[in-house]
Order: sequence, then structure tokens, then C-alpha cells
Amino acid sequence: MSRQKESRYQQRVQAAYRSQLTAGRPVTILGVETSCDETSAAVVVDGTTVLSNIIASQADIHKRFGGVVPEVASRRHVENITMTIEEALQEAGKRLDEIDAIAVTYGPGLVGALLVGVAAAKAISFARGIPLIGVHHIAGHIYANRLVTEMQFPLIALVVSGGHTELVLMKEHGHYEILGETRDDAAGEAYDKVARSLDLPYPGGPHIDRLAHEGEANVPLPRAWLEPDSYDFSFSGLKSAVLNTLHNAAQRGETIVPANLAASFQASVVEVLVEKTIRAAREYDAKQILLAGGVAANRGLRTALTTRCEAEGLSLVIPPLSLCTDNAAMIAAAGYVSYTKGEFADLDLNGVPGLDLTASCAE
Amino acid sequence: MRVLAIDTSNLVLSVAVVDEKRVLGEITTNLQKNHSVRMMDAISELLDDLDMGPEELSGIAVAKGPGSYTGVRIGVSTAKSMAWSLQIPVVGVSSLQAVAMNAFGFSGGIIPLFDARRGQVYTGYYQADQAGLAELVLEERIMLLTDWLSVVKEQAKGAPLLFLGDDTAVHRESILADLGEQALFAPVSFNHPRAAHIGWLGQKLLMQAGTVHELVPEYLQVAEAEAKWLAKQNG
Ligand SMILES: [Zn+2]
Repeated sequence: MSRQKESRYQQRVQAAYRSQLTAGRPVTILGVETSCDETSAAVVVDGTTVLSNIIASQADIHKRFGGVVPEVASRRHVENITMTIEEALQEAGKRLDEIDAIAVTYGPGLVGALLVGVAAAKAISFARGIPLIGVHHIAGHIYANRLVTEMQFPLIALVVSGGHTELVLMKEHGHYEILGETRDDAAGEAYDKVARSLDLPYPGGPHIDRLAHEGEANVPLPRAWLEPDSYDFSFSGLKSAVLNTLHNAAQRGETIVPANLAASFQASVVEVLVEKTIRAAREYDAKQILLAGGVAANRGLRTALTTRCEAEGLSLVIPPLSLCTDNAAMIAAAGYVSYTKGEFADLDLNGVPGLDLTASCAE
Repeated sequence: MRVLAIDTSNLVLSVAVVDEKRVLGEITTNLQKNHSVRMMDAISELLDDLDMGPEELSGIAVAKGPGSYTGVRIGVSTAKSMAWSLQIPVVGVSSLQAVAMNAFGFSGGIIPLFDARRGQVYTGYYQADQAGLAELVLEERIMLLTDWLSVVKEQAKGAPLLFLGDDTAVHRESILADLGEQALFAPVSFNHPRAAHIGWLGQKLLMQAGTVHELVPEYLQVAEAEAKWLAKQNG
């Protein structure tokens, strides 16, 4: 339904934006995130100050299925969406008419889940005549760091979560260059699969991490360095090696100490992640290293990266746990960058499950 | 009282604005294209044509299902978020009833249906009330069409049965094979839902609308994973 002349909605959005710029007030953004199994809404000022960050987690529901079931997640999002947004405003002490823009994750993620947040954000943007900003989920994870400390460029961001393992170079705000990504499983996925093989509950990350600290990394497992100059990752070989180790031991009637296997697996994952990050930081003269994504909660990874960065004299930022897992404050923080550039989405914004980080959000 | 009505629950996209006396405007397409991309533009265009802003709306009515899970969610998420933003009431209306409304005045059994795959249909049995409006007689359900046909046959007691909905085309042969001349099919222009009907039906429900947060889709069945999990618990 494309029309030539500017719609009333577009006129209202532009007028709201111009008056905000003229007034020069702080920019208050409502963030919405529904890309996976957390329904989240947050209010963030100037991309740096979190006034509220409400997360309605579905983790308990999906636990029984041993993983996130997209249809179940999407259903919960519809049930929770307006309540979550309302709570975010209440906790922030803001009325909807004090919100300058709405930023929403439009990919990547589960399409049915994304669509709920996108539909809600578009409806609110339309009803209030305020700018709509489409945010890439990974950009959100990276910008969680800006809620802790100001970003310094160039920087290297290591993004590790259930669905992602990416090494990103940023030379300025809003610009992302992917140096490397996983060629098969995401780190978080490998954690879940290994956890299952050790009869640990879903999600596996925290359980492996806990167990790893009780064990010794004495089981020989491979490190997937790939080509010498590559920043890509691969975890499926490592996962298979873990399964083979268990299988062979069982056939020989030997017992493997689960804690030792967990420690060895974690050591392999962490070593590759940390060394590639450090190498990238050196190559691009990074002023800062950022750790982002749910796996940033992993103690083994945090400790190893902290130690290595100290040894190398590199500045490392790790957000608090509450900002590492999926949340809307990070989406609002990333959306602020688009706001300052006037990069807004239109009402045809769609959920894009395989969204590319380097794609522009602006229409 | 101006009510915005939305239906994205199946392939048709329909939006309308109605007041107590008239349908002010309606946009309906049967393009089978992405509702997520097109719906808000359709609403925006309709309101612009009517020279009204969203703040002039006093209620929202939305097709709450059954239908495509994703389509229903797009409609319901939009409707409740817009209603919440504007602080106006919102109600869900059955997607099947919206189609059944097309049979105004028909005196036999009215059977709206949407294909639900694997031989199943989403359907219900409606009958004209004293005012000629479709009133639900046998509750909405998802059922194998073959089983449903024997149910409606028994209920109809020989009265004619009007099958409505674009998907009747897919099932026409099986319906005719079972019901013969008892089964009637409307011209295609009666088969798709119109948001105007939803707005009109919704208007009467808006007075008793619950809170915005309570509005949820009507899927008529639990998610597959949930069904399996429940079966395992009981088995
Ligand atoms: Zn994430």
C-alpha cells in the first residue's frame, strides 16, 4: 500500500523528532525485545541511563521441553506484551507521552516471537506519532556495554549467546564489521548439547560452568583454530569429541568424571574465544574489548578474558549479568544511536529471523 | 464512537472504521501477502483517507482467531498495543463469526470454515437469530471435516447448510459427497471476512471489555509441543 505523499503518521513523527531536537531535552526511549523466550521492555535515557528494564522470562516453561519452543514462546509474548511495557513505564516513573521513540528488536531471532514485539512497537509508534527504530539483536547485546561505560573506538566485541558467536569490529557508533562468526553451532548451543550428554538440565551453560569449577581440565579435547588468519569459530567438532569421549569410556567400562569433562570442554571453548579476541584487538589496535551476550555470564569465560586482557594491557568491559542476557534496555541503548542519526523505520517494518548485522535499519 | 476493526487472522487483510450508524471506511485485500508488512500501512492509509487521527478512536475490535497462529498474533498484538497506547477498550471477535455474518438472513445452518491441514477445519455452527444475525449454536472447534459433517447433519435436521470461507473450495467435493443438495456454497464475494462486520460486532462488546492485558488469541488448540508434553504427563 505504497502512496506517494507523506502519510500523516510520517508527518507526526518528523514533527515530534524536530521538536525534540529543538528542545534539546534528554532522549527517553522505550525498548522492546521479544526475539526469543524473554518478553522485555525498558526505558532508557540518552542510551546510557536505565530507568527500568522489565523481563518476563519464560525459562521455566521451556525447561520442560528441553529447549525453547517457538510456538509456545510466541504465545507467551502476546499474553505478556502490554503488561510488560506498562510495568517498564511504571517503574521508570514515565508516562507514554514522555517517551520520545520506541526501539524494537526486528531480528535475528524466532520469527513468530519477533513479530509480536514488532507489531506492538509499530502500534505504539503509530498511536503516539513517535519515531520507530528497528534494532539488530546483536547490536543490542553490544550496546548493553554502553549502559556500563562509554564506548571507545575502535573496539572489538565478542558476542556469545545461545544463538550467536561473533567477533565484531566497531570503528564508530552504529557501524559493525563482522570479523568472524561460527561456522556451525553457536557456543551456547554447544554448551546445551554437551550438558544434555552429561544429563544436566536445560539451559546447559550455567550447569557446565558450575561443574567445570569443581573439576580439572585433564581430558584431552581439540581446539578449533581453523585457518591461521581466521576469526571464525567452530564448535561442532569439539561437541563430537565430548560425545566420543563419553561413548568410548562407556564401551571400555571406564568412568569419566563429569566435572573433569565439563572443565575440559569449557577450557577448550574459552581458550579459542579468548585468543581470537585478543588477536583481533591487537590487529585493529582496539581501545576496548566488549563482552556481550548471554554466555558472558559464564564465569570461566569472564575470568579467562579478564586475566588475558590485564596481561595484554587491554581495557575490557563486561556488563552485569542482568544486562548480558536478553533484555530491552540494551535494545533501547542501541536504538538511541539510530535516533541521533534520524534513522527511523516505517510502518512496514517486519520481523527478519536471519537479519544481517551489517544491514541498515533505516528504510 | 469510532471503532477500528482489524482482521489478519487468515489470508485476507481487512481493516475498517465503523461508528454506531455507518461503516466509515474499509480496506480489504485477499493478496495472501505478509500481514506484518502491510497491516499498519493499511490502517494508516484508511485513517488518512477518513481524515482522522488515531486519538479519535474510541475502541478497537480485532479478529482473535481461529486461523493462522502468526496472523492472529499480529492482529491481537497490534490491537492491544494500540488500545493500550490510546487508553481505549479492545475486544476480540471470533474470526469464524466474522465470516458467518456474511450469511445475514439465511435461515438454514451457517458453517464458516478455515482449513486447518491434515483433513481438519476450524469451524462452528451458526444460525440466524430473530434479527437475522449469525448466532453460535454449536461451539467453535478444530475437527476432521468428515466427522464435522456428520455433526452438522444431525444438528440441521434436514435444513440447508451454507458453507462459507475461501477454503470451502478445497473441501467442496467431500462436502458434496456427504451432504449432496443439502450443502450450499455462496458466491466468492461472500467468502472472505470483512473488518466492518468485526467492528459492528465489537462495538456491542466494548462496553463489557476487560483490561487490555487480558486480550489473548483464540487458537482452539494448544501448541503441539505442549500437547505432547501433557500427553506424556498423563500417560
Ligand atoms: Zn540474545
